[in-house]
Amino acid sequence: MKKLLIWLPLGLFAGFFALFASGLLKPDDRVITSKLVGKALPSFTLPTAASDRPPLASQELATGKPRLLNIFASWCVPCAAEAPQLMALKDAGVEIDAIAIRDARVDVDRFLQRYGNPYSRIGLDARSSVQIAIGSSGVPETFVIDGQGRIAYQHIGDIRADDVPIILQRLNDVR
Amino acid sequence: MIAEAGLAALWLAAALALLQLILVGIGLAGQRSELLGAVRPVAVAQGLLVVTAFISLITLFIRSDMSVLLVATNSHSMKPWLYKFAGTWGNHEGSMLLWVAVMGAAGAAVALFERALRRDTHMATLGGQAAISLGFYAFLLFASNPFTRVDPPAADGQGLNPLLQDPGLAFHPPTLYLGYVGLSVAFSFAVGALLTRQVDAAFAGAMRPWVLAAWIFLTLGITAGSYWAYYELGWGGWWFWDPVENASLMPWLAATALLHSVTVLATRDALRAWTVMLAVIAFSMSMVGTFLVRSGILTSVHAFAVDPERGTFILVLLGLYIGGAFALFGWRVGAVREGAPFELVSRETMLVVNNLLLSVILGLVLIGTLYPLMTEAFGHKVSVGAPYFDRIAGPIALILMIVMAVGPLTRWRRDRLVDVSPRLAIPAVIALVVAATLATIAWGRIGVLPFFGLTIALAVGAASVAPLWKRNLRRTPLFTWGMVIAHLGCAVSLAGMACDSAFTVEKLAAVRPGDIVEAADWKLRLIQIAPVAGDNWTALQADMEVSRGGGSPVSLHPQSRFFASPPTTTTEAALLTRWNGQLYVVLGQEGNDGRWQLRVWWKPFVTLIWFGGALIALGGLLALLGRERRGWLLKWRARALAA
Repeated sequence: MKKLLIWLPLGLFAGFFALFASGLLKPDDRVITSKLVGKALPSFTLPTAASDRPPLASQELATGKPRLLNIFASWCVPCAAEAPQLMALKDAGVEIDAIAIRDARVDVDRFLQRYGNPYSRIGLDARSSVQIAIGSSGVPETFVIDGQGRIAYQHIGDIRADDVPIILQRLNDVR
Repeated sequence: MIAEAGLAALWLAAALALLQLILVGIGLAGQRSELLGAVRPVAVAQGLLVVTAFISLITLFIRSDMSVLLVATNSHSMKPWLYKFAGTWGNHEGSMLLWVAVMGAAGAAVALFERALRRDTHMATLGGQAAISLGFYAFLLFASNPFTRVDPPAADGQGLNPLLQDPGLAFHPPTLYLGYVGLSVAFSFAVGALLTRQVDAAFAGAMRPWVLAAWIFLTLGITAGSYWAYYELGWGGWWFWDPVENASLMPWLAATALLHSVTVLATRDALRAWTVMLAVIAFSMSMVGTFLVRSGILTSVHAFAVDPERGTFILVLLGLYIGGAFALFGWRVGAVREGAPFELVSRETMLVVNNLLLSVILGLVLIGTLYPLMTEAFGHKVSVGAPYFDRIAGPIALILMIVMAVGPLTRWRRDRLVDVSPRLAIPAVIALVVAATLATIAWGRIGVLPFFGLTIALAVGAASVAPLWKRNLRRTPLFTWGMVIAHLGCAVSLAGMACDSAFTVEKLAAVRPGDIVEAADWKLRLIQIAPVAGDNWTALQADMEVSRGGGSPVSLHPQSRFFASPPTTTTEAALLTRWNGQLYVVLGQEGNDGRWQLRVWWKPFVTLIWFGGALIALGGLLALLGRERRGWLLKWRARALAA
C-alpha cells in the first residue's frame, strides 16, 4: 500500500503528461475567420474616406459582378506592403472597394497618393463598427464578395505576391 | 553588436551550466571530489553571463533597434520608454530569457550565500539547478532565439499589446517570475536531498528562506496581477479564474503548503517525505503554468506566443524534470527515515490539515483548469467558468481560514483540548456577534458565501492577532510578527472579497452631457466627452464630476483608448478611492441617439483585497528577516572579530 502511494505522483503526472501531449497533437485552427463566410454582408452605409472616391454602402457590393472588399487603414504598415498586389489585381480587371478603419480623410488621401489607388469606392468606418459587423479582426483583410453581395472568401493579413493567383481563382469560382 | 554580444553571453552561460552539471556529476560520483571546488565559481559566472544577455536585450529594446526581429515585432519607436523597457519581457522570447536570467541569478545566489546546507547536498542542489537551466537554455537557443536579426531592418515596430502598456504590467511579470523560478531552487534542494539522502531538520532550515523568498514574490505578483486585471480590463471584477491566472495561483497554493510543512520539518523533524513531495509539486506547477500559457492548448485572454512547437519543447522539459523528480522520489524516499511522531491535538496536526486543504484546493483548481482539455480528448468542448471555482474552492477556503486561526493557538507536539478552547473563546464570541449582527441587517440580501466569508474574516482577524496576546511585544520574535501579519492579511483580503460580492452596487446608464447618474449615495454628472491624445494613443475621454452627500465634487476621467499600432481599443476605468470603498466608472460605446453608455460600480471595501495581499507579503518578509537576522548577526560578528 505504501509502495503504491510512493509511486502515485509519478502515475498521476504520467496521466497529465499524456493529456497535454494529446492536446498538443490536435491544436485548433486559431485564425479568427468570419462567421459570415458564405452569408450575405450585413447592410451598412459609410461616408466617403477619400476626396476623389465615392462613399460605400452594402447594396453597392451586390451589383452582379464579383469584387473584392479590402479593409485597410493609412496608419497600417502591412497595408502599405500589400498595395502593389492590390494594384496588380486592379490591373487584372478586378473591381476593389475598400473600408478605411479609424482614419482621417487627409491621411487616406496621402496614403493613396503615395501607394496608389486601386479602389472604386472607399467607406470610412470611424469606430470599427462595420469592421466588427462583418467579422474582420484586424487590418488588412480582404473579402471576396460574389455578385449577390455574399462573402465567398476571407483573406486575413496582407496579400503577398503568392496570394494574388489564389484570390483571382476565388473570384473566378464565384463568377 | 549588442545583439551578438548578448547571444554570445547566452551560449557561454549555457556551456557553463553544462560544465556545472558535469562537475557535480563526476565530483559526487566518488573519486574526483576536488572537482566540486569549482562548482560555486562556475555557478556565479553562469549567473553573471545570463544576466548580461538579458541586459543586452533590454538595451536593444530601449534603443528601439529595429534590426532585431524581436524588437521590430514587439516594440515601436513611438512608445514611452517605460514600455520599451517592459516590452523586453512582454513577449515569448524575452520572457523566457527573463526566466533563465532569474534562474541563473538564483543559482548564483545559492552558490554564494547558502551556508547551512551540508556540502554534498549543496553541490547536488547546484547540479539540479544547472540541469533545469540547461533545458531552458536549449529552448532559447534552438527554438526561440531573442537576438535574431532582420535584414533589412524594419522601418518601425509593430508595437506591444496595448493591454500590456501599463506600469503595473511592467513589473508584474518579473515579480511573478522571481516567484516561479525561486521555486526551482526549492525543487533543486529537494532533488539534491533525495540524491544525498539528507532530508532532515537542518535541510528544511536551509531550504526555508528560499521558499519564503519565492513565496513573497509570488504573493506580490498575484496581488498586483489581480489589481491590474481589475482596473485595466474594465469589467469590475478582480479574479476571473482564467487559465493564466490559475497558472499563477496553483504554484502559490503549493508554495503556501510547502512553507508550512517545511516549518514543521525544520522545527519538529516531521513530514519529511511530504515536504520533499511539495517542493517538487510547487515548481512543477510553475512549469505546468508556463506550458499552459505558451502551448495554446487552453484558450485564455492572456495567452501569448501561442505555438504548439514551443509547447512541445516545454512539454519535453516538463516530462524530463517533473517525471524525473517523481521517479527519483519513488526510488529514494524509502531511504528517508520517518520523522518525529506527534499527537492528534497539536500544531503539527493543524499544519497537516492546512496542507491537506491547500492540496485539495490545488487539485480542484487544476482539474477545473484542465477539464476543457480532458473533455476535448473525448470529443466534447466545454468551458469551466467562475461559478465552478467559486462554489467548490470557496467553502474549502473558508474552512482553511478557520484552521489558520486555530493553528497558531495550539502547541507543538502535544496539546489538550481543554487548554486550546479558552484561547479560542474571544474569536468565537466575535464570530457569533458578527454573525448575529449581519443576520439581522442583511440576511436574505447577501449570499451564503459572503455571509460566512465576512463572519469568518472578522473572527479570523481577531484570532490571528491572538498569538501576541499577553506577550511582551518588543520581545516577540520577528518571525511571530510575520506570521501574525500574514494571517491577518488573509483575513483582511477575505473581508474585502466578501464585502465586494455582498455589497457592490452596479448601475448601467445611457447619458448625455449634463445628465446625472445616481449609484449608492454617489451623484455622477457627465460634463462632456472630448478627444484627448497621449504618447502613442488617442482617446475619447469623459469629464465627470462626482460627489457624495454634501461633499465637494471631484473630477473623474474614464477613457476609451485607441492604440494605432497594433490597432486596439482599451478601457481605462476611472477609479475614486475612499476609505470605505472604490467608485469604478467605465465609459462604453456611443449609442445611435447620441447617448453614452456608462457603467458605474460602488464597491465597498474592495481595496482590502489587495491591501490584505500586501500584508501577507509583508508578513512573509518579516518572517524571512526574523529567521535570517540571527545568521547574519553571527556572521557579521565573526567577521568583525576576525578583522
